[in-house]
Amino acid sequence: MTIESIKKREYPSSNKKSNIDIPKGKWLKCPKCKEIIYRPTFVKSLNICPYCNYYFRITCKDRLKLIIDDGTFKEFKLNIETTNPLELSEYEAKLKKEKEKTGLDEATLSGIGKINDNKVVIAIIDSNFFMGSMGSVLGEYVTFSIEESIKRKLPLIIISASGGARMQEGIISLMQMAKTTCAIAKHNEEGLLYISVLTDPTYGGVTASFASLGDIIIAEPGAMIGFAGPNVIKQTIGEELPPGFQTSEFQLKHGFIDLIVKRKEMKETITKLIELHKGSGIIDKKN
Amino acid sequence: MTKKISSWDIVNIARGPYRKTSLDYIDNLFEDFIELHGDRLGYDDKAIVCGIGKYNGIPVTIIAEQKGRTTQENIERNFGMPNPESYRKAIRLMRQAEKFNRPIITFIDTKGAYPGLHAEEHGQGEAIAKSMLTLANIKVPVINIVIGEGSSGGALAIGVANKILMLEYAIYSIISPEGFASIIWKDSSKKEKAANKMKLTSKDLLNLNVIDTIIKEEKEDSDDNFMKVIARIKKELDLSLEELMKLSPKELCYHRYEKFRKIGTYKKEKVN
Ligand SMILES: [Zn+2]
Repeated sequence: MTIESIKKREYPSSNKKSNIDIPKGKWLKCPKCKEIIYRPTFVKSLNICPYCNYYFRITCKDRLKLIIDDGTFKEFKLNIETTNPLELSEYEAKLKKEKEKTGLDEATLSGIGKINDNKVVIAIIDSNFFMGSMGSVLGEYVTFSIEESIKRKLPLIIISASGGARMQEGIISLMQMAKTTCAIAKHNEEGLLYISVLTDPTYGGVTASFASLGDIIIAEPGAMIGFAGPNVIKQTIGEELPPGFQTSEFQLKHGFIDLIVKRKEMKETITKLIELHKGSGIIDKKN
Repeated sequence: MTKKISSWDIVNIARGPYRKTSLDYIDNLFEDFIELHGDRLGYDDKAIVCGIGKYNGIPVTIIAEQKGRTTQENIERNFGMPNPESYRKAIRLMRQAEKFNRPIITFIDTKGAYPGLHAEEHGQGEAIAKSMLTLANIKVPVINIVIGEGSSGGALAIGVANKILMLEYAIYSIISPEGFASIIWKDSSKKEKAANKMKLTSKDLLNLNVIDTIIKEEKEDSDDNFMKVIARIKKELDLSLEELMKLSPKELCYHRYEKFRKIGTYKKEKVN
């Protein structure tokens, strides 16, 4: 329901083996200020426009590199595959296209890794694939990640970028909101740290479940974050939306996130937060 | 009886202007119902009605999405589409139910959470998430009854229950058929086709293990028939309460966890 107007933003690269070290083509155009950017400069600035500071959406693999120490990541492999519960031919076709476009099987990458030597469970959602929408497989990976974090008593980091629940899987997608939320509830009981990072875009059923439930909620500058999509709201109220509506800055002003952190400072900020939580929590709840 | 009812027909029944609303059920299921207002944060949103009543002599907390039965009431209740403050009121009452060890009974009947400016400024997503989170860990039995339209996160917000009962001609879905059609086929007029594809009827949802029990309805609308439905709900509520009140707080939470943990459809890939 939120997707149409959020889609417009472009990706820096949609090559199968997307990698920040191997750029495709030398120049690209910023969708915000329309400046032509020299790609090596752009890569050095972490996929941020050097002219207007526009944050390009990045792939889960690039995101992982920005956060997790090199060579420490072990991916969760559940060997599960997306199905077509409503038997929609359009879904089959779209899934195939998304897989070809991104080289991914689903919109998520999760596992265990280290952040400046601190072991964590991390789950990243990739808006590159099917607008990061949450169907059964994504819901299962997120829930599994939360459960692994409980089992291993590790901090949990979830980096969201999603248009919301995946309509094509119907009610089962909706129920992933309840499933992931129940897992977060259990995580809370264990006194473990959960840092939720919101990136562009975070909407719908993801906003209305685990993404809004972090002990600490961080957003990247200028990300679009909300529940209902701007077009739906515009249609409902019949007027233009105020400038800056549903941005990270809007969410900060209204009290729904703790802080806005620049892409290049994200890893250091998360490290500090983890270290500030050391020795706390993990309350013994026996009986 | 003569013609098979399609899913789209059921959508229309569920949305019917004379369909019974939460307060009709509340009036007939509970004694001494007292409505309690306000989120204690500055608002009293009326799309969700909360209160305490007695069920078979036992005090219970009631949380119910309420559509208007007249134009005037619909305006007051925002057509049953909650703003975040409704969920915050519900959360307050959930905690209160836990404090006094009262079972919680929730009624779902909404087209969804309201997509407005105020709702976004006041954290609609956060409110829904917190409502589900609160129910997930609450130490008392939670029973949910889907009575009319159950659409999207706005419905599910009060649906994280130990038992989910659903009226035969109610619907429960991720989005309205119109919304589904406009996303999948870029054409909201294909709503009928959407309804028939979406698996949103009580029968579909029982097959998918999303709900526990279907409450049979009567084809004809009449007072007598409504009382028959009330009697069937009572029977199921009795059974559910009897089962759930035997569970310890810890077991209740575990029961809820297991229920939602299982939901998902995917195939196991061959491991090479
Ligand atoms: Zn720019």
